[in-house]
Amino acid sequence: MEKTVTSKQMLGELLEKHYKTAIDAKAEGKLVAWATSICPQELLETMGIDVVYPENHAAAIGARKDAMRFIQQAEGKGYSNDICSYARVNMGYVDLKFSEAENIPMPDLIFCCSNICNTAIKWYENLAKVLNIPIIMFDMPFNHTFDVPEHSIKYMAGQIKHAIKQLEEITGREFDYDRFKEVMEISADTARWWKKATDLNKNHPSPLNGFDMFNYMAIIVCNRGKIEGRDLFKLWHDELAAKVEAGIGPWKDQEEKYRIMWDGIACWPHLGDTYKVLKKHGVNMVTSTYPESWTVIYDTGDIEGMAKAYASNYANRNLDYGTKNVARLVKEFDLDGILYHSNRSCKLMDFRQYEVQRRVEAMTGIPSVVFDGDQTDPRVFTLSQYETRVQALIEMMEKNKELRRNG
Amino acid sequence: MNDLKSLLDELVEAGSNPKKTVLKSMQDTKKEAVGCFPIYTPEEIIYAAGYLPVGMWGGPTDLKLADKYLQGFCCSIMRSNIEYGMKGTYSFLKAVAISTFCDTLKCICENWKVAVPEIPLIPVVYPQNRMIEAGKEYLNEEFKRVAKELEKLSGKLITEDAINESFEIYEDFRAAMREFTVAVSTHLNTIDAKTRHLVIKASFFMDKKTYTLKIKEITKELNALPKEDFNGIKVIATGLIAEPTALLDILVENNIGIIDDDLSQESRGFRVAARKEGTVYERMVSRIVDQRGCTFLFEEAKTRGAMLIDMVNKHQADAVLVIMMKFCDPEEFDYPIYKEEIENNGIPILYVETEQQMDSAEQIRTRIQSFAEMLTVEV
Ligand code: SF4
Ligand code: SF4
Repeated sequence: MEKTVTSKQMLGELLEKHYKTAIDAKAEGKLVAWATSICPQELLETMGIDVVYPENHAAAIGARKDAMRFIQQAEGKGYSNDICSYARVNMGYVDLKFSEAENIPMPDLIFCCSNICNTAIKWYENLAKVLNIPIIMFDMPFNHTFDVPEHSIKYMAGQIKHAIKQLEEITGREFDYDRFKEVMEISADTARWWKKATDLNKNHPSPLNGFDMFNYMAIIVCNRGKIEGRDLFKLWHDELAAKVEAGIGPWKDQEEKYRIMWDGIACWPHLGDTYKVLKKHGVNMVTSTYPESWTVIYDTGDIEGMAKAYASNYANRNLDYGTKNVARLVKEFDLDGILYHSNRSCKLMDFRQYEVQRRVEAMTGIPSVVFDGDQTDPRVFTLSQYETRVQALIEMMEKNKELRRNG
Repeated sequence: MNDLKSLLDELVEAGSNPKKTVLKSMQDTKKEAVGCFPIYTPEEIIYAAGYLPVGMWGGPTDLKLADKYLQGFCCSIMRSNIEYGMKGTYSFLKAVAISTFCDTLKCICENWKVAVPEIPLIPVVYPQNRMIEAGKEYLNEEFKRVAKELEKLSGKLITEDAINESFEIYEDFRAAMREFTVAVSTHLNTIDAKTRHLVIKASFFMDKKTYTLKIKEITKELNALPKEDFNGIKVIATGLIAEPTALLDILVENNIGIIDDDLSQESRGFRVAARKEGTVYERMVSRIVDQRGCTFLFEEAKTRGAMLIDMVNKHQADAVLVIMMKFCDPEEFDYPIYKEEIENNGIPILYVETEQQMDSAEQIRTRIQSFAEMLTVEV
């Protein structure tokens, strides 16, 4: 009989393989690229270039509590402690080149997409300069309108063509459009399975605790264009669907009492603490604004559609969209409350948060709190503040529930 | 000389009192004003639409209302702008234009719509891939979109003649500014750091045609004077903006002169002349395409450090003065890169971190004093 592999095992294996393949590729003299987390990786995959993702890597370093060495190295070079800690960790890694947590090969090529933020443009520009290697820039203009404007789509499609030319020059190989179509199909498929799986959390109880979702995120970042990635999410989906069928909730030893959304990135260095405080009270994070970013879906072969899909990332869209999106999540996931991570690293997410919070509260009537943290710099977060805020959220959620119980 | 002094006094006064100057300019020109947030706002189009474009570069104010939208780690210039907006300081503005060069500005653009709903907003989104064809075309379209929004605002079309004329006024203004800064570099006794800054700053609050006449006159007068020996410390200033004023006072106290600059509020705005060929919008695009060494525009070669070193050499300057707006991450990202390049060339760097709401400038004073002492000993 075939041995059954769980998605969790597969996740571990794929991650290990991801890092090992890149390191081996480098050792064999093949090209390695560093890329931003929600970039059109289809182009690199088509070219057969191995890619690693500094954001993923920095998160792994943060989660394994090794970030400070790199942060201090970068700050010693003059990087202000105000700037995104992923960038600080990564710029530190460029110098130190080794972490007990996880290692990546040095890049031969930089691939940057600004749909996550303008910070990435500066960060990656620095990488290309310091390492003296070529950079491919994908600029996705900020959408202050609800939808992506036509002239933006044209500009992005133009950039895709330009990037293909750059890739051909850098690799000395021709771009294979048939392979491109294949990769597009796989990527969109992976994104679909990712969405289908994470959407299963709409069930009561939710089959998954959201902190596990954070773990799976590493693979949606780095394996979106690969068949293994798609298979993983399909398997994960099936496992979760089976749990839903059987009515199994997120924990064996705790019931799902409250369902919340987590806004923003995790606090990687304090992942355990942030998780435990919630679990202790039966608070399950069933969704988050962040993972939806990888639901990049478009028709195979449609370059403009692909450009539009990437540019539609919520971080790159206006407040009306941001608000509507969260309000939709509240409804679809039947949320009791929202926990907003005011992430010291990410100005783009933070400086709209207060207004989104107010509007969503007005639209949905569910309570929310904000806590201070940082995705990788361990110095910002304090457990006591977090506990107090979570406690306040629970009280408000409980009151709401009581009101509902009393009709 | 008398002429020079009174002209300088007039512009220093104008640069020191933004609101008063703007109101007077509105009265003189009988135009309504449109506020321009920092960095490359296409003032030409606003001007062509019949409005008076006025700069919005924050300012010292108590921050209370802005906390509703922005955490404490937002740059002070944007906190000020939102604060002023919310408390009605800008009520005389017909609209504001915001370019989205950084993550903060994107959010400011979104918050403005809610925080100051009575003043309509015109966002301007620049391309970062500005050197490729698709980027140029995009920016061309974007400028035209902005023009359309302004037409909607005024209810009048922007004629071909109007935009051409406006563009020429601005090109003339920028050429005059370049000449002014050259003239200043040889007259650092007459034009100290504070005067230089305020005279340039005044341009943001006056009608450009009027201002250009005055600045040309100043340059002419300066050039008529013999070149001056400046026995202080000559620096190249780099950063977003040479403020707060306390900083400039300290520079003057310590006999530090700004011989040239790479500041967003100053030379970055006028150091590039448009290409001669093409339509007026294409020429506007060419200015952004040809800009180099600017933290807000992606540049693979990242030439800011080399540019600053060249500037130091050209002017025989003594140091580079980095005026770092706290929490301005694009500027903060550039710093480690050009710092190393400049240091490798043996050029001293004076780094000061500023906020617009500084309770006390004592720390900056100490820093600048000891830097000045160190350099004086070396000289
Ligand atoms: S955390 Fe925010 S600032 Fe940092 S790379 Fe991600 S989106 Fe950009
Ligand atoms: S971060 Fe810098 S560029 Fe952005 S608004 Fe603030 S001062 Fe301006």
